[in-house]
Amino acid sequence: HLATSLPLPSERDHLRPRIDMVVFMIDIKSKYSLKNVETSLAYVDASFFLGKVCFLVTGVGRVNACSIETNAVCKLAEAYCSPVLFCELELEGIRAATAQRLLRMLQICAGHIPGVSALSFVSLMRNSNVD
Amino acid sequence: ESADPQQTAFALRKAWTLYSVTPLHRFRRSRLSDYARLLSAFIAAEKQKGLAVEVGVELDIKVALSSLAELRGSELDQAALLVQLSSRSRASSKNSEDKLVWSGWFCSMFGDELSENVPENFTCLPLFLTHGAESYTSLVGSWFQKTFDCCFRRLAISPLNLSWMVAMWAGYKLERAASAVELVFSMPCLSQPLDISYAIHPEDAKALWDTVQKTPGEITQGEVDVFMDCLYAHFHRHFKIHLSAAKLVKVSTGIASAHCDGIVKILHSQYLPGVLMLLTELAISQIQ
Repeated sequence: HLATSLPLPSERDHLRPRIDMVVFMIDIKSKYSLKNVETSLAYVDASFFLGKVCFLVTGVGRVNACSIETNAVCKLAEAYCSPVLFCELELEGIRAATAQRLLRMLQICAGHIPGVSALSFVSLMRNSNVD
Repeated sequence: ESADPQQTAFALRKAWTLYSVTPLHRFRRSRLSDYARLLSAFIAAEKQKGLAVEVGVELDIKVALSSLAELRGSELDQAALLVQLSSRSRASSKNSEDKLVWSGWFCSMFGDELSENVPENFTCLPLFLTHGAESYTSLVGSWFQKTFDCCFRRLAISPLNLSWMVAMWAGYKLERAASAVELVFSMPCLSQPLDISYAIHPEDAKALWDTVQKTPGEITQGEVDVFMDCLYAHFHRHFKIHLSAAKLVKVSTGIASAHCDGIVKILHSQYLPGVLMLLTELAISQIQ
């Protein structure tokens, strides 16, 4: 399900399936996309931030077109205890690999992988912060 | 500290194309006239090979290399190096003056970050600015690459850096009435290219910056963000367009203007060192 911002329209609440994961997409070429994500974060229930939220930064292939500091995104992700993925959608290989990663994460968030829960993402992040 | 206006006059009011350059190996400032001779011979040889710059015109290219002792920042900086290509048509009389066809200069303004960490025998002049035909730039660049084992790369300027520049430059004080502060945005994802030009009265821009900047002489990313957000919000209020979703491609102030393709024009000698310092920093980060 794709949305340009949150909150989702309430009229369709009853028709919507359970949401297992939320991926916030930030285009490194658009300051607006970062602002939009920051505003939308307020509409996500706190329980999602236990491994069911992830930030996807796109457009990283074009270093000279960036309008956002990657530091700012990393700080945001840290504040919300969620991982950040960097990718370049214009490159087919990276696009496919990123899609596979997200799919894998989604499977875990939906509880389809026995023995691994979304909480693992949170503890993985904490380890890398300590380093 | 302002440099001798005579030495720096050549740098003003010209559109310079920017490159980053890796350190030059075994460059000897005492050999400038030798280098000029060698470069001249190289250009003549390339022309013989058929890489003529202007077809059908017989031109002798004269090369002049000079050191600009005033154009440097710290003690660790090397003095700037100016390369000038002049032509004298063979058809005209001996008394005719040489015409400057191309100029380029290497410079380092507070490039200590690079100079400090470089082994002996290397000369750090990370910023290269050119004005004139691309074909001459290519010839001069090739000769320097071969002779000093260095590498040139076009220096593009990201929207992030452009917004830093406009915030900084809009805040500088100018005695005379200055030109407007202008930002040009390119709208994404359209079948036909569309540019939006956003012009602000320089006094308004300076007033805005003055309310944002906390410590004079210091600028933070946060302050630049607030400055830009105010401009975006103002524009959105009037035109319902989110400029923050577009690509900032050019900024223009009374001090200087810069384009994302790496083209810069400096208008005011007083702020030349400041602008060069910023560009040196960009060049160094591209090298590293």
